[in-house]
Amino acid sequence: MQQTREHTLKAFDEDLERLRALISQMGGLAEHAIGEAMRCLVQRDVDGALKVVQDDKKLDILEEETERQAVQVIALRAPMASDLRDVVAALKISSVVERIGDYAKNIAKRVPMLENVGKIEPLSVLPEMARIATGMVHDVLDAFVDRDAEAAVRVCQRDSAVDDFYDSIFRALLTHMMENPQNIGPSAHLLFVAKNLERVGDHATNIAEMVYYAATGLHMTDRPGKSESDD
Amino acid sequence: MNDTATAIRITPRDFSDLSVTSDTGPGAIEIRNLDFFYGKGHALKGVNMSVPAKCVTAIIGPSGCGKSTLLRTINRIYELYPEQFATGEIVLDNRNVLDRRYPLSDLRRLVGMVFQKPTPFPSSIRANVAFALSYYEKLSKSELNDRIEAALRQAALWDEVKDKLNQSALGLSGGQQQRLCIARTIAVRPEILLLDEATSALDPISTAKIEELIHELRAQFTIVTVTHNMQQAARISQRTAFFHLGELVEFGKTSDMFTNPHEQRTKDYITGRFG
Repeated sequence: MQQTREHTLKAFDEDLERLRALISQMGGLAEHAIGEAMRCLVQRDVDGALKVVQDDKKLDILEEETERQAVQVIALRAPMASDLRDVVAALKISSVVERIGDYAKNIAKRVPMLENVGKIEPLSVLPEMARIATGMVHDVLDAFVDRDAEAAVRVCQRDSAVDDFYDSIFRALLTHMMENPQNIGPSAHLLFVAKNLERVGDHATNIAEMVYYAATGLHMTDRPGKSESDD
Repeated sequence: MNDTATAIRITPRDFSDLSVTSDTGPGAIEIRNLDFFYGKGHALKGVNMSVPAKCVTAIIGPSGCGKSTLLRTINRIYELYPEQFATGEIVLDNRNVLDRRYPLSDLRRLVGMVFQKPTPFPSSIRANVAFALSYYEKLSKSELNDRIEAALRQAALWDEVKDKLNQSALGLSGGQQQRLCIARTIAVRPEILLLDEATSALDPISTAKIEELIHELRAQFTIVTVTHNMQQAARISQRTAFFHLGELVEFGKTSDMFTNPHEQRTKDYITGRFG
């Protein structure tokens, strides 16, 4: 359901475009932060992890900027219908993306605690889980920019893969902890990392629901042709 | 049913969540297959809509879409011009008011109208309100005074004019004059109030007062308002109808029309993408 026609008032289009650009920018930063945090975790790169933590401030600043921009559009342009839904979605999505950045920061903060720990097998699976979760974030924000409701639905359908990864890593870490009691501390940290990634997938799903509503005016649960098993 | 009619969403879906006391009771307007012509100009095309009673219905649309024409049709003001005519039905209280046998004076009593520019008579404030009252009803002096006061109170004007009822209405501000016109209209207790851009010539404070007044009056009257100001339509109405090129494109709950309209033309118009 793409908006093809431009507003009679061009400045209105520019304002909405700027809002979309801010969300894209936030998404890019959050995606990069998760990827970097995972790289630092795998490579035990403490300095890199510190940078991830510091860079999170950029996301906070962009979130504030998005909020300012959205409030300004509402106040000055009085958006209606799909425009209004877009602005409200941008407002909500920005706070969710900021939260995703917090998860990246949280993962990065655990890197120093794992610096001198030996090999923990489930760690090799975590980057793949992170790739799926950040891929969801990437695709759902593209769906927002393109107003593509179907792409948003497809993102939701990928969340179960992230959940499966989490279940599998959870079991693997428990086994690892039982077999290697000296590694319980670091393993618990990895459990939190896995949980954080699982939450990133959940947040991408939430964004997908917001995108679907913004694009169609319908809630995803009410979408035509939806089967019960989709939930 | 023609194409236009089938395109219209007049599904009477879920009127219950609004404080609409009755959809079809006194004051409801049933418009059926309405066409209107300015000579050869076809200004309204196959309009079908059920305007619910005791609620505010806003008519929106670009210039020339037929929204003012619709109001002019409801009270047959067009009959002043011989080349203008309407076909179809507008049913109020089970009677087709377009039927020429329907007495115009009855219709004018049932349907009041307020225009874009305030149109007080060049006489006293009291005389402005008393004029139609005296025409329609035989009232004693005290009854007449009571009705004048009641109408001015209802129009939220009483406190501002009670000490100068015998002064000229032309001395009032534009906003006060417009409220006087509303008082004059509701004094004869019509069922329907037609407002044609009633606030477009007023300052924001006067506009807010009239909007508040409309909110109060909808408990008693069916109000149909034409406005170019979509924010105003969104603020004051419970139903919104969108007209384009003489066709009723979409008609529904205001909350739906401004958050999730169905028709592409409505979407384009209310988001400012039209044309």
